[in-house]
Amino acid sequence: MNTSQYEAPGSVDEAVALLANAKGNARVLAGGTDLLVQIRMGMADPALIVDIKKISEMTTVTAENGGFRIGAAVSGAELNENAAVKSMWPGIVEAMDLIGSTQIQGRCTLAGNLCNASPAADSVPAMIAADMTCTIAGPNGRREASVGSIATSPGKTSLADGEIVVSLFVPAQNATGGDAYLRFIPRTEMDIAVVGVGVNLTLDGNGVCTAARVSLGAVAPTALLVDDAAKALIGTKVDDAAMDNLAAAASAACNPINDKRGTIEFRTKVAGVIARRTAAIALERARSN
Amino acid sequence: MAKHHISTTINGEPVEFLCETQQTLLDVLRDELGLTGSKEGCASGDCGACSVTVDGRLVCSCLVLGVEAEGHSVETIEGMADGENLHPLQQKFLEEAALQCGICTPGFLIAAKSLLEKNNNPTETEVRYWLAGNLCRCTGYDKIIRSVLDVAADMRSA
Repeated sequence: MNTSQYEAPGSVDEAVALLANAKGNARVLAGGTDLLVQIRMGMADPALIVDIKKISEMTTVTAENGGFRIGAAVSGAELNENAAVKSMWPGIVEAMDLIGSTQIQGRCTLAGNLCNASPAADSVPAMIAADMTCTIAGPNGRREASVGSIATSPGKTSLADGEIVVSLFVPAQNATGGDAYLRFIPRTEMDIAVVGVGVNLTLDGNGVCTAARVSLGAVAPTALLVDDAAKALIGTKVDDAAMDNLAAAASAACNPINDKRGTIEFRTKVAGVIARRTAAIALERARSN
Repeated sequence: MAKHHISTTINGEPVEFLCETQQTLLDVLRDELGLTGSKEGCASGDCGACSVTVDGRLVCSCLVLGVEAEGHSVETIEGMADGENLHPLQQKFLEEAALQCGICTPGFLIAAKSLLEKNNNPTETEVRYWLAGNLCRCTGYDKIIRSVLDVAADMRSA
């Protein structure tokens, strides 16, 4: 304990070089809401901590191709205060805002939530539903990856040694699209999702759904993109029959564990219920756009 | 490894301290600087007893490294009263008995002050959600919530 080197580089290149030289025994510090708890509990004792909050590319939200590029160190509070992002992608911002308390929101980040690779991460189904991608920097340069490809199992990611998420990109929302995220928890605040659902859908001029993405969290080792659930909506007016099919497809996709927060049966049933409620909000938003 | 030499601002005053990388801002405040008003409840960001603001942003000081304070401005409970004059929230907590054992109180006061600086007309629901990250095992919360709402009303009529 207490022997870590601390560096706060001013550029992504410097951060990558530091991580490359540390040969795997390094951790990136963005908000620290997972890392500092792990250090305190003895689950992490990195030789090097690389604080990314002095890298301007990683601390800013910028408009790009009609959407937004969100730096890896942008906090939940900053995202929530960004009226442009919140207006275009309310589901993503609401999912992020569900994480922890006001104090946690002051520090926690989308990229941290993604790379912590919890199956119950609230922001991840919302980001997958929005078809978000991330820019990753490493010893071999930069690459792009879909948000859904980052977590590979609980606590594990597809990032190679020395790689770091620099930013996340959310594309422009369709003019008649809407997104939403809901989770089930047994109380009203400060809890971890038992089931989480992100829905993003687009309507045509007749109110027919032309595109949809549905993602489930906390019901499998990683967040799922459920094509069958999207197909249940596409080509319909998102009526009761479509909602029934959506709920059935969501429940069918579940592969959850039994734990103190929910049984397999409960999670499977509730996934359908929450999918329906989330889709109803996304539908309302799409209709009003 | 040599300790880090950190220059920061705490409660408006320039402060310098030495710390190890893995010392949290809470460790530094309490153990290096003698500012023991911020409490350690859980050390995992769940209880809010260590709440401070960094550059005006409400955070748990147990989830911030001391080295991260370099060049930033930290506000703690020790800076809340103006000399002998209590902040209106402190005064109202006393008047309405919004504390019993007192361990959570500095965190609640810092968090409530942060809310009222952003919004001086919060609903009861907004106050309860804003303070959801501050745990109190004594009061049952009602007196705390009422105190915050009463101070907000006083601020608006002042």
